[in-house]
Amino acid sequence: MMRLETEINGKPVAAEVEPRMLLVEFLRDQCRLTGTHVGCDTSQCGACVVHLDGVAVKSCALLAVQCQSRKVTTIEGLAQGAALHPMQQAFHEHHALQCGFCTPGMIMSAVDMVERHAGDLDEHTVREELEGNICRCTGYENIVKAILAAAETMRP
Amino acid sequence: MNKFDYVRPTTLAATLDLLRASDEPMLLAGGQTLLPTMKQGLAAPELLIDLNAVSELVELSVTGDGIRVGAMCRHATVATSGAVRDKIPGLAELAGMIGDVQVRNRGTIGGSVANNDPAADYPAALLALDATIRTDSRDISADEFFVDLFETALEPGEMIREVVFPSCRSCGYLKFRQPASRFAIVGVFVARHRQGVRVAVTGAGSAGVFRWTEAEAALDGNFAQQALTGLALDPQQMLSDIHAGDTYRAHLVQVLTGRLVEALGARSLRVRT
Ligand SMILES: Cc1cc2nc3c(=O)[nH]c(=O)nc-3n(C[C@H](O)[C@H](O)[C@H](O)COP(=O)(O)OP(=O)(O)OC[C@H]3O[C@@H](n4cnc5c(N)ncnc54)[C@H](O)[C@@H]3O)c2cc1C
Ligand code: FES
Ligand code: FES
Repeated sequence: MMRLETEINGKPVAAEVEPRMLLVEFLRDQCRLTGTHVGCDTSQCGACVVHLDGVAVKSCALLAVQCQSRKVTTIEGLAQGAALHPMQQAFHEHHALQCGFCTPGMIMSAVDMVERHAGDLDEHTVREELEGNICRCTGYENIVKAILAAAETMRP
Repeated sequence: MNKFDYVRPTTLAATLDLLRASDEPMLLAGGQTLLPTMKQGLAAPELLIDLNAVSELVELSVTGDGIRVGAMCRHATVATSGAVRDKIPGLAELAGMIGDVQVRNRGTIGGSVANNDPAADYPAALLALDATIRTDSRDISADEFFVDLFETALEPGEMIREVVFPSCRSCGYLKFRQPASRFAIVGVFVARHRQGVRVAVTGAGSAGVFRWTEAEAALDGNFAQQALTGLALDPQQMLSDIHAGDTYRAHLVQVLTGRLVEALGARSLRVRT
């Protein structure tokens, strides 16, 4: 067991973990933050995407101990109280989900995408950059629309 | 995943000490290949040495005649680095084509090169650009480094510190990707050096990345798509799997090389006018 001290969604978290515990297992099983999903566990689907120091990563391909003294943000950390994050709001308004399984990862990737491009996004870029996030339901149309709409609201 | 001990040294010296003092150590870089392999039980190190806190390994710097890329430079860093885009644009383009955003945010050049997956992109760039792989103990030329599928010239316990790329007159990479895995079914890197043209092919060869020397000789004489007419690769030396057969791969190498040469020719014309 190893001591892990990290910050999750703005709150300090300390725990004893086995080195082999994945970040996604730590989030779901130990922190009970079950918004982050496991779709494939083979780094393909993107359902498990979270931010590590503000950068989108697949939490099924990262050890929990690697987050020592770092900042992790999950889907639970986006809303401000009852106010949804603009990306969550846009997914809601544009009906960018059906079963919702891919949605947490989609939204975390989308927020990273918009921030990296400072709001300057076109449809082609959005589609290219969604490569690591797979959706079995929507056909992506409304997801792309939602991201482009949120990019406008989030423009710095 | 099997149990292991985990350490995160912060200096190169401490890393090398750990590497030499332990029985079954493995280096953890981006983890994008190693962690999935450990999940499948195909790798079971007793000690995992995490390189992510070793700051000496993330340096990316311009040298007199090229670029030095530290082993822990992530694909996203190389893809967006102004220095790389300026000096060796084909290398930045290639890094931006690896996997997806999240994989590029973690995966590193050292991990990719050490792994030498036959469908990986970087090996083609290193070979065509005539790069040098600098380890903790020696310099290895790309020509000698990539030995066979998943096999390199690295000795057990040897670590890549950086990759040194000389600049070239022009270069580029074209990739025909397997849409689900995002790896190359065929990837071709062409570089025009003062001493001649180098053409490296990944994804296709049954022994991993290779130089297409016949094409190099033809392009040395005439850097144009037509120079490749009549050249053919032997399908028996190509990989064959459910995604693409050997004859198809041999054909793709020819087509992609031609297209790339055409594009590079047009590009340098544009620069001249
Ligand atoms: C969904 C997905 C898609 C991908 N698509 C592509 C693609 O299109 N093209 C492509 O090229 N790759 C692709 N990859 C692989 C990716 O580029 C990996 O990042 C890379 O192969 C391994 O780099 P890493 O830093 O993650 O290394 P790790 O997984 O941490 O390590 C890989 C191996 O290298 C060893 N190692 C690491 N660093 C060093 C060092 N400095 N010295 C010596 N040995 C070292 C490790 O011990 C291990 O054996 C993909 C991966 C995923 C998950
Ligand atoms: S669960 Fe991590 S990528 Fe699918
Ligand atoms: S909404 Fe069902 S997987 Fe995307």
